[in-house]
Amino acid sequence: MSDLFSKFDALIAEREALMSTGIRDPFGIVMDEVKSPTEAVIKGKDTILLGTYNYMGMTFDPDVIAAGKDALDQFGSGTNGSRCLNGTFRDHMDVEEALKEFYGTKYAMVFSTGYQANLGLVSTIAGKGDYIILDADSHASIYDGCFLGNAEIVRFRHNSVEDLEKRLGRLPPEAQKLVILEGVYSMLGDIAPLDKMVAVAKKFGAMVLVDEAHSMGFFGPNGRGVYEEQGVEADVDFVVGTFSKSVGTVGGFVVSNHPKFEILRLVTRPYVFTASLPPSVVATAATSIRKLMHADNKRGHLWANVHQLHGGLKKLGFRLPTETAESAIVTVLLDDQEQTAAMWNKMIELGVYVNMARPPATPTGVFLLRCSLCAEHTPEQIDTVLARFAEAGRAVGAIA
Amino acid sequence: MTDRAAITEAVAAQIEPFNKKGVALTDTTTFQHDLEWDSLTVMDFVAAVEDEFDILITMNMQAEIETVGQLVDTVEKLQSK
Repeated sequence: MSDLFSKFDALIAEREALMSTGIRDPFGIVMDEVKSPTEAVIKGKDTILLGTYNYMGMTFDPDVIAAGKDALDQFGSGTNGSRCLNGTFRDHMDVEEALKEFYGTKYAMVFSTGYQANLGLVSTIAGKGDYIILDADSHASIYDGCFLGNAEIVRFRHNSVEDLEKRLGRLPPEAQKLVILEGVYSMLGDIAPLDKMVAVAKKFGAMVLVDEAHSMGFFGPNGRGVYEEQGVEADVDFVVGTFSKSVGTVGGFVVSNHPKFEILRLVTRPYVFTASLPPSVVATAATSIRKLMHADNKRGHLWANVHQLHGGLKKLGFRLPTETAESAIVTVLLDDQEQTAAMWNKMIELGVYVNMARPPATPTGVFLLRCSLCAEHTPEQIDTVLARFAEAGRAVGAIA
Repeated sequence: MTDRAAITEAVAAQIEPFNKKGVALTDTTTFQHDLEWDSLTVMDFVAAVEDEFDILITMNMQAEIETVGQLVDTVEKLQSK
């Protein structure tokens, strides 16, 4: 029978074929217990978590948990409302203060998720007749923000300064423009040449939005992100970030110095027409953000872990997209869906959780396993992970 | 050769490296069904066409372009601007 679901038939068939090979569902993992930022129990097996984006390991920080419990006791389990109506409590204001302290900006606006932060900002600030120029490998939330809005959308080849400049040069000079970049691209873990790209954007009079979701806490002197590390803070108009990675809870935000920024609270639909974050969430986020301002030790551990894993995988003979580790994401490239699924399955059986990704989520048709490091991983855990990568890689023929 | 014929020829040359199955091209050849291109191939192809003709085909315009003929029309229109 044909109905609205018929369009998914090919995907359903592909999925059934994959599952019939006897592997576990890579997109249906359940963690029955979470013991720490780096360990969980999955189907009764102790598993090292190597794909959670819990970069700074803040999820079990005692101060963070205490702040959440206090807020639950004092303010209840939820807000029942929009930030614009009854959904702004003391700690929503406090977490925005914490963000302003962390980023050194005049304004900060918190959304219910990182996805909504991009969706809201992108769809609202660029309107009909304006142009958005974005990297082809941009995150889905950026693309969806483009599709929700009415601006003209122009893509340039991933991380190509030349391609960006060419396209900016073809736009009407009088048109308003927004260039959207990411500090770290989450599939391959490569970083952007923001110093060059932001300079080009400014040459053509464009405003610049940088998504720093995957860099908070461990890039730049104050941990603000790749844009801080590369010294372009003064020329970035909007920084988008998330609480669901380094901060260790859920939520999204935009920080800016634009003098008219506050008007966005009234005109951004994904901000207005949804309930605000629960008080416990914003209280944990505020505490975590303030601790991240002084987390030099964690930062050191995280980078040491990154180098240990990247170097170890390279030595084992795996194919990695970047010659050296550029971020806390270390990706292993594989040949095809079958090998990638088999390798992922072997890793989960051996007690290591990594992410499996395939096109269209990945660029240029690549199949990959993605690892993200945590400051709380121990060198012994990384050694264990490497031994298991070696075993799984040999079993599926990914390495000799 | 008319302008349109010249553009058609140049567009065909850009399609060639992405035409893995050697599908014969006419004005009504579709990118999605006949050439079986995914969104990533489309991205690469559009960038190549933009650079060939020194134009911009926004994603908004791309949504309206399904066939080779429609692409040629778009290029013709953008070039005459």
